[in-house]
Amino acid sequence: MSFMKEVNPRLLGIRDPVSLQSLAAQITEQIAQGEQKPFQRVIDVSSGDPHRAGMPPFHLLARLVLAVCLYPELLKENSFPVDVCQRAEKLLGACNGGTVGSYSASSCGIPQIQKSVAEFITSRDGGVASYPEDIIFSSGSQRTLNLVLHLLSSGQGPTQTGVLTPLPCPHTLPMLLDEVGVKLVPYRLLEERGWALDLEELHRALKAARKHCDPRAMYISNPGNPTGHVQDLQTIEEVIRFAASERLVLLVEEVYQDSVFGQDKKFLSYKKVLFEMGASYSDRVEMVSFHSISAGTMGECGLRGGYMEVINMDLLVKNFLMSMQAPCSPPVLPQLALEIMVNPPSPGDASYEVFTQEILQKVETLTKNAHRACEFLNGVPGMSCQQAMGGVFLYPRLHLPDEIIEEAKRSGLRADVLYCKKLLEEEGVCLGPGSENGHDDENYHIRLCISAPAAVLEDVLKRLRSFHLRIQERHH
Amino acid sequence: MPKLMTSLQEVNPRVRGIRLSPQSGLHSLAENITRDDIKGAPQPFKELIDVSSGDPQRAGMKPISFIRQVLAVCLCPELLSDEHLPLDVRLRALRLLEACDGESVGSYTTSSGLLYIRQTIAEFIMKRDEGVPACAENIFISSGAQRGLMVIIKLLSGGEGPRQTGVLIPQPCPHALLPLLDEAGVLAVPYRLIEDKNWAVDMSDLERALTTSRGRCEPRAIYISNPGNPTGHLQDRKSIEKVIEFVAAERLLLLIDEVYQDSVYAPNKEFISYKKVLFEMDKHLRDTVELVSFHSLSCASVAECGLRAGYMEVVNMDPGVMHFLDTMLCTDINAPVTGQLALDLMLGPPSPGDPSYNTFVHETLLTRATLAQNSQRALKLLNDLPGMSCRPAMAGIYLYPHLDLPAEIKEQAKTLGLEADVLYCQMLLEEEGLIIGAGDDGTSGSHHLRLCILVPPDTLGEVLSRLSSFHLHLADRKRNRIV
Repeated sequence: MSFMKEVNPRLLGIRDPVSLQSLAAQITEQIAQGEQKPFQRVIDVSSGDPHRAGMPPFHLLARLVLAVCLYPELLKENSFPVDVCQRAEKLLGACNGGTVGSYSASSCGIPQIQKSVAEFITSRDGGVASYPEDIIFSSGSQRTLNLVLHLLSSGQGPTQTGVLTPLPCPHTLPMLLDEVGVKLVPYRLLEERGWALDLEELHRALKAARKHCDPRAMYISNPGNPTGHVQDLQTIEEVIRFAASERLVLLVEEVYQDSVFGQDKKFLSYKKVLFEMGASYSDRVEMVSFHSISAGTMGECGLRGGYMEVINMDLLVKNFLMSMQAPCSPPVLPQLALEIMVNPPSPGDASYEVFTQEILQKVETLTKNAHRACEFLNGVPGMSCQQAMGGVFLYPRLHLPDEIIEEAKRSGLRADVLYCKKLLEEEGVCLGPGSENGHDDENYHIRLCISAPAAVLEDVLKRLRSFHLRIQERHH
Repeated sequence: MPKLMTSLQEVNPRVRGIRLSPQSGLHSLAENITRDDIKGAPQPFKELIDVSSGDPQRAGMKPISFIRQVLAVCLCPELLSDEHLPLDVRLRALRLLEACDGESVGSYTTSSGLLYIRQTIAEFIMKRDEGVPACAENIFISSGAQRGLMVIIKLLSGGEGPRQTGVLIPQPCPHALLPLLDEAGVLAVPYRLIEDKNWAVDMSDLERALTTSRGRCEPRAIYISNPGNPTGHLQDRKSIEKVIEFVAAERLLLLIDEVYQDSVYAPNKEFISYKKVLFEMDKHLRDTVELVSFHSLSCASVAECGLRAGYMEVVNMDPGVMHFLDTMLCTDINAPVTGQLALDLMLGPPSPGDPSYNTFVHETLLTRATLAQNSQRALKLLNDLPGMSCRPAMAGIYLYPHLDLPAEIKEQAKTLGLEADVLYCQMLLEEEGLIIGAGDDGTSGSHHLRLCILVPPDTLGEVLSRLSSFHLHLADRKRNRIV
């Protein structure tokens, strides 16, 4: 297989991941080797990974429980809070063979945990029922999304399946769509309205899409990644009506549902809204909603765990979904972490105090960071940033000097990628270029994760400003 | 009210084509039985035992303490100061945490896995292969060897009709392999292993399979598992050399599943890796044969199937193509970090002198001994049963006995639209609460069972007792024509 032409032609089309991460790794290595740089270490806030930015793991409870599940002998020698022991015992009891080392009982996950998740959803949605058999676990929401897309995908050329995707979208999404062989059909979010969704734009995008593909689904992220926009009731209802009349399956990524901090903003689940719209919608609209432990208050990106809830999907179709999962049962530890996420300590439990503190602190940090960063960036000439109401990113717009744009053209890079590269080399700060989020025109944006200790964020902001002013000056 | 995505026509035709393994049927049946059990319905057995897949921990085999301890500390760094845990455990955890991004297992890693771990893997391979060079850049970590295999197969796949990619696979093969090929849109081209020679690879059948497949598809790779899954066959150097010469002549990519390399128990037998053999052959072969070998945590000595991590080592692959491997693994983001760390612990165990060394050696030897004894014991019993015969296994964690089924069972199976060995397994499950795998014989017309023998000795006793009770009863029934 030594010739490029022998590789599956569809894969040749997968867009290259921007390799800022490897550059960051290189620079870190150089610093370790003693090379002098204008900064002491690389700060990476390009992805929604709080640990990388230095946030301590939340949910000490979760980590303790997982540790005990891995090595139950720990209980003998240590005095852990009583609820840690109880949870670990219960969770191990739910695992096959009483051990985290065994495959999950079913390819969809551990039955008791499916049940816990269903209960969590039902409670969250004020009684709208959720059923364990509609919950399918996988190693992260990317993987679950991958499965559903694979199910939907078919056709080539004008019959190729298309998915309406927000612009901007999560930076890992375009590659995923490429790999599955599904066409990305962008619908622009309105920056001037805080990145709100626009119904007219949806109609336009769909109409245009029908000319060159077969649009079958619509992807939404709410709270928005990377925009931080939280959709209101009216918007959600509009989207649902749109999906119903245009026969689109809704793919709703709700991984930041517990990180809403905008004033007077509340997370509304698509499912809840759907079921309050009456049977003509709630019986018909097909929806898959995704959640994971990577986001929000858990932030356990490395563990790789998530689930999808499948709503109104034909049973036979659902069986196919499960058969795809079959050879690769989802990892066990993240399912346990998921259980803790959906079933947190109650008042009276030994870990309740510590746990509540952690959550409060986390939300407070996020809120403060969001405000501080937004205010700061809006004060930098050549930058503007919409207020985020949820999620862990900010997505400011950049004005780039012509010289940068020219230089980028000459090097065959996108201008925002070049910007981020220079920022990394000169200031040791790694941000994400907006082109990864789908912005591939002169609408330059960058993406930064604000789930970081306040001091780290401050450092990032100062360096960013210093760099931005410098390059504007340089080219005048 | 019409549903939206109902009609099966609308599901990706390739997904519709994924064959259901007999495994899933048995497991649903088992689930139903468990549910009935919970409801209080009387069962003729105390509890279900499942030895149909390679999941030793499910059956009660203990994990390696060192691995579990280090992982616990990595998850909960407060334990670094817990003096009840051996010092080497805590030092290793510290080292691993430093290797993690953000010094936490909760952080994303690069998509092909943490560099530190890939280096450990490379060192392990070099040591195992006595000096044949290995480097971290050629190693890709994925969530289980299956996922890695899927990535490679997808890379190869393409074309339709007579231009569809084909992959030669052994018959029998691991039960998860066929659905995987279906999902990737690749044609499985079976080559028969020789049961009479303890499931050896038959070069003439390999050639036959390849020749007859051309015209129906474009064969581009050959999959082999060594030690064989589920056969337990261990290839010797000569056999490996023949395969290598074959793939070189036919320009096929070699996909080698070596997951059970650590479970050789036949006396005077040793595992030798395909890569090592390749590097000791002609320079021309060494420089051109393309090979991908797989290993994972789901192996014998460690058996951490639930943690989901494995790796593939790529030999002589065009760097441009390797780049795609990385791109595709990107869509998973990364393999679970806890799994990646476990790979480091599996392949870089305690050294002599370390506080954990003795326990580690003891646990590993115990597993090895259990496996060998179980294999011998089960082999004898199976061969003593009328209508059953089993070739001895040299490695791996399964036995794969041949079943000579009575005509009545075959008839009944036909009426039900099942394979006869699947029916056998269903009946076994219902009557004895024992789940054994049905053979993966495809169209060969012969029937086999697959059972995992890496289980605690008591459990094996129970398994063998239930199986022989059922099997003899079946023979009785045949005589009394009750079937």
